[in-house]
Amino acid sequence: MILTRRNLLLTAGAGLVTGCDTLGQNPTFREVLKLGEKGNFAIQRSLQQRSALAREFDRTQISPIFRVNGTHVPAGEAYAQHTAEKFVNWRLRVEGLVNRPLAVSPAQLQQMPKRTQITRHDCVEGWSAIGEWTGAPLKLLLDAAGLKPQARYLVFHCADRMGTGEMYYESIDLIDALHPQTILAWALNGQALSVGHGAPVRLRVERQLGYKHAKYVERIEAVADLTTIRGGKGGYWEDGSGYQWYAGI
Amino acid sequence: MPSPGTERDGRIFRHRLSTRLWHWINAVAVIVLLMSGLTISNAHPRLYWGHYGANFDAAWLTLPRFPGWATIPTGYNLALAREWHFAFAWVFAFGLLFFMLRALMNGHFRRDIALGVKDVAPSHLWQDVKRHLRLNFETPGGGYNLLQKITYSLVLFVLLPLLILTGLTLSPGMNAVLPWLIDLFGGRQSARSIHFICAGGMALFIAVHLVLVVLAGPINEVRSMITGWFRVKGEQS
Repeated sequence: MILTRRNLLLTAGAGLVTGCDTLGQNPTFREVLKLGEKGNFAIQRSLQQRSALAREFDRTQISPIFRVNGTHVPAGEAYAQHTAEKFVNWRLRVEGLVNRPLAVSPAQLQQMPKRTQITRHDCVEGWSAIGEWTGAPLKLLLDAAGLKPQARYLVFHCADRMGTGEMYYESIDLIDALHPQTILAWALNGQALSVGHGAPVRLRVERQLGYKHAKYVERIEAVADLTTIRGGKGGYWEDGSGYQWYAGI
Repeated sequence: MPSPGTERDGRIFRHRLSTRLWHWINAVAVIVLLMSGLTISNAHPRLYWGHYGANFDAAWLTLPRFPGWATIPTGYNLALAREWHFAFAWVFAFGLLFFMLRALMNGHFRRDIALGVKDVAPSHLWQDVKRHLRLNFETPGGGYNLLQKITYSLVLFVLLPLLILTGLTLSPGMNAVLPWLIDLFGGRQSARSIHFICAGGMALFIAVHLVLVVLAGPINEVRSMITGWFRVKGEQS
């Protein structure tokens, strides 16, 4: 190649861009980059009061249409059967590092003390939608099950498979698990939760982005450590695509 | 270490070490933030006003898809773009804080950037516009000209702080810590729109800045931002 100024500029430009790609693939540099995320987690947790609330809105501020994201209808006969039976045989199990494992039906969940909150759902992609969620505070369920002292995280195992064929799952720490706005929602905008939004029960963890809000929750597992669960990074998107486990930003 | 304004052998000491250091660190941070920001824009290129905004709501602006050569990384990878963005956001925010404190302490703002009411009188502005059109950027004392001071003030005190504050407003975690930020910008989607507008403003600033550096004598200008010494006219290098 003859070194003209044009070629030189093109090479330099391409080098800059592909240089960033090369750096982004370098494990050491990746660890350095992740310091930003770790810093965000540390500083947000230190600034946040444990029970600092996410903004709640009034009814006039609800999105006209709350878009469905992720799975629209979980595949498979088992879920179709549950839909046909209106979820009467669905059981939400609470197990792992708990003293009294539970299996709760949607009807039992709805009989528990409920919390209704109009909150904003923020997708990692950038859009937001506001809706009124009603559900049982997760804390009540955990109190009933009795967390063992070793329990540090809660893993939410879901009934839907994502594009790669993996079952969806997510996890949160105890600070978010015990937060007053963290609920197992069974209604959106005064209606029973639709299939698209996660029927019969989905997690709401209002200080984090949408992918943490697991839909179609079947099993809540209390664990001491996330590295032994599935891909080890604490969630479907974290394992498969490198998304941040702490999604507070 | 000479103090700014010192003249020696036809050269004038223009930029302190703290200014030069911040300039280059910030240049890298801002470019990485802009390019990783374009990947994030590609994830949902629609801008809304108010608290909410998604596909079924009216967007006031739909951005084009930005090509791979303009984004970090070159292929679409939102998770990795976010890692770049958040890592360099720390460099950007604390770099700006460091520079602002230094500039306040050493008088850089007061001496070189501050504008009086008389400075921005229309007649002065018009004079300066005319000088720019003749590609004459020099001032008698070797300091910044009027349009330069106005532009640097806007960037330093409006664009850069707004980018940080609107960026923080996008975080649901920070919303719980600083809920007043949501009200300040009229909602998360408004804050996102303002974040994009300011980013566009920064891209425009960089483009104009580079063109003017070239027009004003690139070697002298770039050297002065590396060594601090600016060659005064008449002794061209």
